Amino acid sequence: MSNLIKLNNGVASLVEDDWTLVQLPATQIEERKQAGKVVLFKLTGEATVTDAQIADTVIPATGKIILPLSVFIARNSEVKARIAQGEIGVWLATHELLENLTQQQADLNALPIIAIFVERFADGRIFSLGNLLRTRFGFKNELRAFGDVLRDQLFFLKRSGFTSYLVRADRSAQEAIASLTDFTKPYQGAVDEPRPVFKRYNRGA
Amino acid sequence: MYKYDEIDQQIVDERVAQYRDQTRRYLAGELSEDEFRPLRLQNGLYIQRQAPMLRIAVPYGMLSSAQLRKLGDISKKYDKGYGHFSTRQNLQLNWPKLEDVPEILADLATVEMHAIQTSGNCIRNITTDQFVGVAPDEVIDPRAIAEIMRQWSTFHPEFALLPRKFKIAVSGTKNDRALVQAHDIGLEFYRDSNNQVALKVWVGGGLGRTPILGAVIREHLEWQHALTYCEAIIRVYNLHGRRDNIYKARIKILVKALGIDEFRKQVDAEWAHLKDTDNTITEAELARVAQHFDAMPYENVPAHDAGFDAAVASNPAFAAWVKRCVHPHKQTGYRAVTLSLKPHGQAPGDISSEQMWTVADLADEYSFGELRSSHEQNLILADVKLSDLFALWEKARANGLASPNIGLLTDIICCPGGDFCSLANAKSIPIAKAIQMQFDNLDYLHDIGEMELNISGCMNACGHHHVGHIGILGVDKDGSEWYQVSIGGKQGNDASLGTVIGPSFSADEMPGVVQKLIEVYIKERTPEERFIDTVRRLGVAPFKAHVYAKNEVAA
Repeated sequence: MSNLIKLNNGVASLVEDDWTLVQLPATQIEERKQAGKVVLFKLTGEATVTDAQIADTVIPATGKIILPLSVFIARNSEVKARIAQGEIGVWLATHELLENLTQQQADLNALPIIAIFVERFADGRIFSLGNLLRTRFGFKNELRAFGDVLRDQLFFLKRSGFTSYLVRADRSAQEAIASLTDFTKPYQGAVDEPRPVFKRYNRGA
Repeated sequence: MYKYDEIDQQIVDERVAQYRDQTRRYLAGELSEDEFRPLRLQNGLYIQRQAPMLRIAVPYGMLSSAQLRKLGDISKKYDKGYGHFSTRQNLQLNWPKLEDVPEILADLATVEMHAIQTSGNCIRNITTDQFVGVAPDEVIDPRAIAEIMRQWSTFHPEFALLPRKFKIAVSGTKNDRALVQAHDIGLEFYRDSNNQVALKVWVGGGLGRTPILGAVIREHLEWQHALTYCEAIIRVYNLHGRRDNIYKARIKILVKALGIDEFRKQVDAEWAHLKDTDNTITEAELARVAQHFDAMPYENVPAHDAGFDAAVASNPAFAAWVKRCVHPHKQTGYRAVTLSLKPHGQAPGDISSEQMWTVADLADEYSFGELRSSHEQNLILADVKLSDLFALWEKARANGLASPNIGLLTDIICCPGGDFCSLANAKSIPIAKAIQMQFDNLDYLHDIGEMELNISGCMNACGHHHVGHIGILGVDKDGSEWYQVSIGGKQGNDASLGTVIGPSFSADEMPGVVQKLIEVYIKERTPEERFIDTVRRLGVAPFKAHVYAKNEVAA
């Protein structure tokens, strides 16, 4: 049973995942990923992904694959032709910078999918990243959340522009679908409905 | 006050259903402790030392009599028959059962109340000053904007899981009583040179472990942009604030790390994209919400009342209460009244169910059925006729709500401390009680005059000890409870953070320490000089010398 929920014209259903996610080799610098980027830079001045990890990452020769941002950037020439064929997507961790992606790939809509990995349920950076991808960088294709994704984030993820949600493997995605509609008339404007409540309804006096 | 329409009601009802299911899944083992924590915190439910604690939202401190009556019912039915008003103007229940919380929320929803975002790493209850709408020095009544911001921040999808808690205060008066400089964002409303409503925006203030007063990020912001500008600030913080260390995760740390100028640059760059987008507030919406806060149906009454004047002249106890608990009002013949939740020997801010019902009745009888909670943890009837004050006082006094100590030494701001809070390093309520008993002589108390004494049981500073004229902080030393004393803190426009006077004290010593601080003040003060001004004039040295004198002799 698939654990991937996908929105299609606002209708959610479980679908099979036809993308293969490429992971970086294990890393020892988990803690620093939690630091804000500004502070991270000030504290360490170093990147969270090493050249060796990027070099050691195995890129499958065929199929539809989602690459880590650092690999997508550093080994772009290897996958250039496949990007043109629509076989390549990118994933970011919540501490990574969208600007690094857009500097490499000006036309984001050449990518069929962008995914964001949320390491900890409580990491709300994912919402701002989704919002920016949709409103600032004009990304129109599938925007996926994966990692520590539970049903209680789904409403917020949907409002922040995410259109697919890979629910954590130990939970029922079927049950989780219900949470996408926890609230029917949200107050504020967001990605899925930019008009705040006071512009959608005549609320009288 | 703001009255829900069906959209507001639907959101609160849907929240009850959502939280009911979250609680069910937690109790059924489908949500782990770690997974449930952020969910219950977003609903104000803590797991405390003794029991869960539920923090009920009181948006910008406004309550109707029906709401307070229901809070009395709820605290009777689901708790031990009392509640505690906090420094964020909310009401806390200290003994609810986790299993009962969905029912409590359902009860709250019947009177347009909830516990949404009273805790957790999201935008918290927006606060303002308790005399909003009636204060003579008010330039703008900020409640309509506060309500619009309440709605905007409720389940804001982008800011549901920030690096840390996020607090916003609004002020519409010349004399700030909302502590705008001690908040993550402080919004100070004023009329600009074109007589248009504008905002001065402060950012990066906060107490806690690293107390910092906020910096001005923008001198002039048109009110229409209040939401989008806050969005820009919080987005920069959400993306760049630290998440590796909760003690360094507040926005003040980011602002300090970047410097206010660089932070402003980043916020302005973000705002350039958000300005004039859909969350820009419209004239129509402001007008619609503002109607809910129209002036009360005041009667035309004279500025003086002979009965009131006679009662003040003949009854010293009433006169003392009037002096401390009755405040000026912009409507002729009306006054605002503070009902003290600081009777000597009780936990500051505590109120019984019976008292809640009584206050609800008093609000109905004397103040158009509305009241407010203050960050000093008292209740306010904002619209009382001069001619009703004596009758109100008699009833309030009979119910233990008329201690004439507002603004005096025993009007102590105090967090629940180690008796309840699992974060606390030390108890705070017994210290407050001991100090109140030490200064039980009313004449002496009045002679000492205006004084703010704030007590926190740990450096999270829920008791705002940094901005107390005298601040007391509970600290843990080798597993036992000690108290660090600071003086010279102040809230308001000329806010300052207190200076620690020296090594900490045991609980037993605390009333004596306060006594000695007061002795220095009495000896050194010039006529009409307040304690805080004496401290500012003389510095810490003479206070320190007197407080520690005995120890030096003993050594």
